[in-house]
Amino acid sequence: MIEINNVSKSFNNRQVLSDISGVFEPGKVNLIIGGSGEGKSVLAKCMVGLMEVDSGQVLFDGRDFIAMNREEKTLFREEIGMLFQGAALFDSMTVEENIMFPLSMFTKMTKGEMLKRVNFCLERVNLSGRNNLYPSECSGGMQKRIGIARAISMNPKYLFCDEPNSGLDPKTSILIDALIKDITTEYKITTIVITHDMNSVIEIGDNIIFLYDSKKWWQGNNKSIITTDNPEILNFVYASEFMKEIRTSMQGNRNFLMFLFGIVTTLFIS
Amino acid sequence: MLSVVFRRPKKWSVFFSRCSHELVSIGLSSLPIVILMSAFMGGVIALQTASNMTSPLLPAYTIGYITQSSTILEFSPTIISLILAGKVGSNISSELGSMRVTEQIDALEIMGVNSLSYLVLPKIIAAVMFFPILIIFSMALSLFGGWISLLISNLCSTETYLLGIKTDFKVFNIVYALTKTIVFGFLIASIASFYGYFVKGGSINVGKASTQAVVISSIAILIANFILTQMILL
Repeated sequence: MIEINNVSKSFNNRQVLSDISGVFEPGKVNLIIGGSGEGKSVLAKCMVGLMEVDSGQVLFDGRDFIAMNREEKTLFREEIGMLFQGAALFDSMTVEENIMFPLSMFTKMTKGEMLKRVNFCLERVNLSGRNNLYPSECSGGMQKRIGIARAISMNPKYLFCDEPNSGLDPKTSILIDALIKDITTEYKITTIVITHDMNSVIEIGDNIIFLYDSKKWWQGNNKSIITTDNPEILNFVYASEFMKEIRTSMQGNRNFLMFLFGIVTTLFIS
Repeated sequence: MLSVVFRRPKKWSVFFSRCSHELVSIGLSSLPIVILMSAFMGGVIALQTASNMTSPLLPAYTIGYITQSSTILEFSPTIISLILAGKVGSNISSELGSMRVTEQIDALEIMGVNSLSYLVLPKIIAAVMFFPILIIFSMALSLFGGWISLLISNLCSTETYLLGIKTDFKVFNIVYALTKTIVFGFLIASIASFYGYFVKGGSINVGKASTQAVVISSIAILIANFILTQMILL
């Protein structure tokens, strides 16, 4: 479980995060959503120590990450996997070498054992047999999946995904979402996904934190986000005119159904 | 930065493989340009010396002597290091800068890898170890270039040129040149790494960092050259 308490961060007197608190449970896909520039990626980077917080606490199963020194953080990060927005694969290495890299750095596995693990991870992300390709030879979706394979190769306890669907077509996005969901529930990982992709929100959002105006504006799940009346959330979820029309029509249908239900109930009682 | 760079590597086998990779990338790949530059520059030094030898009071072997001393003392260690600052410095800086903007360095950090030690230390070691070898090559090739040019232009006999090279030859000068080269190698690799590693922004800034790395390391070489000459030769 990851817990953040009153995390604040500013850049050049511009407050990006103000007193953000939240709990991210294992086995659930926790989403941090919000518009562009609302500090989603900054929050994730603060949580993993790529940026320093101005104040606040980040607890990984009770261990205060902010209070750790550089060595302790380095050691602790072996328990963290991260998928970056651009996948961040090492372009001088093949797919196999990319996934093998953390294994060769932190385990005492033999070459054969590492290869077995690499193949398992590749199979898990439906990329069996692509071992010898270079990242530049892979599509965006493939790179993301390789990134996930690398992130899970060390069996992390915590998985961070920074906009895993950015730049991908809807079909591939759904595949990536399903993969993240499956891995999270299968290995009981505490997964945090930074996204502004509404498909992801609806598909995999077990726990959603909405950032707005540098604050935690709303928290809920993929069911409650549809029905909330919070105007900022509504503006975010139903951003386009088309989506607003759909919502109006849904509301109309709901009102009509409620009307029908009322009539039936009244008749039944009478 | 340097205190983090020189921390004990996480895994020695990975570190040695990185070092051997950098030896090839920084050292061996610079060999062609060093060969080309040294041979031609040696030839030009010998020809210019010969063309200026108008006084009958100066013995003919002076051509060889001047070629030898200017090559060993200044041309090979300093000029070739300046050339390497351009080639290797920009290479290191742009490589690390690209890794920074594509979040590859962040990925290393997240994995728990000391990215500075993993990326920069092998480059510094490769530069410090291989640059002296390149400079020895440069010295030999420069003298060889001088001999070929004199032979072609028929300005000096082989025996006279060899006599000039042997005249007042001091092993200490070689030690001095290699000491300078080690310092220059360290400066080039560390300054270029600094500018590349701490790039902020996108590809334009990678280019700027690369240029800055070359300019600053060239200036650092010139200043270090002056200080080392004061310290060692005087």
